[in-house]
Amino acid sequence: MAKELWKGNEAMAEAAIRAGLKCYFGYPITPQSEIPEYFSLHLPEHGGVFLQAESEIAAINMVYGAAGSGVRTMTSSSSPGISLKQEGISYIAGSELPCVILNVMRGGPGLGTIQPAQGDYFQATRGGGNGDYRVIVLAPANVQEATDLMRLAFDLADKYRMPAMILADGMIGQMMEPVEWPDEPTPEPIAKPWATTGTKGERRHNIINSLFMEPEACARHNEKLDQKYRTVAANETRFELIGDEEPEILFAAFGTPSRLARAAGKILEEEDGIKTAVFRPISLWPYPYDALYDAINQESVKAVVTVELNTGQMLDDVKIANQGSKPISFIGKAGGMIPTPREIAVAAKEALGRK
Amino acid sequence: MEMDVVYQKSAGLEDVEFHYCPGCTHGIIHKLIAEVLVELDLIGDTIGVAPVGCAVFAYDYFTCDMHEAAHGRAPAVATGIKRALPDKTVFTYQGDGDLAAIGTAEIVHAAMRGEKITTIFVNNTNYGMTGGQMAPTTLIGQKVTTAPLGRSKEHYGSPIKVSEMLATIEGAAYIERVSVHNMAGIIRAKKAIKKAFQLQQEGAGFTLIEVLSTCPTNWGLTPNDALNWLQDNMIPVFPLGVYRDITAEDK
Ligand SMILES: Cc1ncc(C[n+]2csc(CCOP(=O)(O)OP(=O)(O)O)c2C)c(N)n1
Ligand code: SF4
Ligand SMILES: [Mg+2]
Repeated sequence: MAKELWKGNEAMAEAAIRAGLKCYFGYPITPQSEIPEYFSLHLPEHGGVFLQAESEIAAINMVYGAAGSGVRTMTSSSSPGISLKQEGISYIAGSELPCVILNVMRGGPGLGTIQPAQGDYFQATRGGGNGDYRVIVLAPANVQEATDLMRLAFDLADKYRMPAMILADGMIGQMMEPVEWPDEPTPEPIAKPWATTGTKGERRHNIINSLFMEPEACARHNEKLDQKYRTVAANETRFELIGDEEPEILFAAFGTPSRLARAAGKILEEEDGIKTAVFRPISLWPYPYDALYDAINQESVKAVVTVELNTGQMLDDVKIANQGSKPISFIGKAGGMIPTPREIAVAAKEALGRK
Repeated sequence: MEMDVVYQKSAGLEDVEFHYCPGCTHGIIHKLIAEVLVELDLIGDTIGVAPVGCAVFAYDYFTCDMHEAAHGRAPAVATGIKRALPDKTVFTYQGDGDLAAIGTAEIVHAAMRGEKITTIFVNNTNYGMTGGQMAPTTLIGQKVTTAPLGRSKEHYGSPIKVSEMLATIEGAAYIERVSVHNMAGIIRAKKAIKKAFQLQQEGAGFTLIEVLSTCPTNWGLTPNDALNWLQDNMIPVFPLGVYRDITAEDK
């Protein structure tokens, strides 16, 4: 199929429709408002429901209801709105329902800025809501990948009956890039015998619920969730490792900064003959700890440089993966500013003790 | 001796014991909803949304499919269900803290959209489940655990009148306030609940039945005194009656 030029936000919305989205609920916020706008016109054309909710709280709870009814459903927002959705995400995870949440991140904290950022990494990967739950978190680095991950997010959410989040920085949402749509048909809905669709008098009632008054029952529920999360962690880590096969510098970055790190790598190679590679986690939860450990522990690697659009959040996971084996440094900017490849290259040279 | 069954639990209710306090009228309201859904032959096509409040376990009591919402969010959850399954009957069951405090935005906007759901709103002038704290419906002077000297108008304003407020919204098709403190009230309440579900079936719009209900435990009254207290103190502030009925306007 031919390549088409798409704006990230609209491409992600189109990808969700192609993935079989039936019900979308959202509330406007920059830099993702093109998403509800796109759905408002195009989702009904495909037999789906678009509804602008009165708040992000209401939107995620509408998702909670629709997910319980067994349809593919999603919401999207940007950072401050995602904060409001945390209660609902915790309930959805606790009730073991599938749904997709798209966060096109902007700078924070508070109202922050409307410019791109990655300041919601902790919130996404550590859980912004209450309780021991996990959300599958996928981070695209270009518009094509954002569309591919949208389909994957729906499939994984259904497979494991848990929320899946696409964590895109504002760059991915706002820029235009070529997209090639895969030639696959919209998937048939899978059977969801647990869904609340009416008993028809033919079965006992289904209950969607996250409440367990007896501590023993709640503990058993948590153990069950934990087992599931271990299975996801064992099977669903995704990453990309690109660059020199024997790098001195290993960059670690997700989303847009991974591209900046590659550009920095070119500068370092051309000007100083320094070989680099970029390790890019695609799944932020589950995090590819083992693969990153292996990448770091190639003999050639002298230093790890983490690049983020925040003040160092994924850095914690890089440290966990590193297990103290190699020196780690960090370069990043928060609040909507973006480090240049040159600045990243300088930071990398400093990490090697070179000027 | 052979015995005839002259009365039995509704097929809309599970054969389990309710956890409600003795004399609490939540149970009567459950019974009325279940009977109506069975009589209208809707129970197999209904999804109920339970609140956070004393009725949190409603999901264990009704024989239809049930969904437990977060505190105040039942109308949003019900919206998601109804939009996903427009042919199904969807109801929320909510207390006054749930609906008129933390969930005010959700109920107002469900009404505004004319969401084709039915809300059973149980007004017992306090937060029953958490031990009798002040609700937006608590009467002036009524003693509650967070206003032990009585609700002061100066400090907290006056009780919110949900039926009157929602009756101003065009998307609402039917709004009535009823009470279950005596037999006449219970019969009237059942009629109102039935009408609400029938109008939902007809796609008329949002329907809400506010039910004045007792909380003998937190009011510190015997079940019988609680019924009398409701009649003497609540009804003057929350007058019974139909507040909106678009079918009447048609006539
Ligand atoms: C977000 C959140 N805040 C507070 C609570 C605690 N809580 C549980 S029930 C309740 C009040 C319920 O009162 P009401 O809705 O009037 O129902 P009733 O118990 O009186 O029937 C509160 C505050 C909660 N579960 N969740
Ligand atoms: S606390 Fe009040 S409302 Fe709750 S069950 Fe007991 S009497 Fe009923
Ligand atoms: Mg109450």
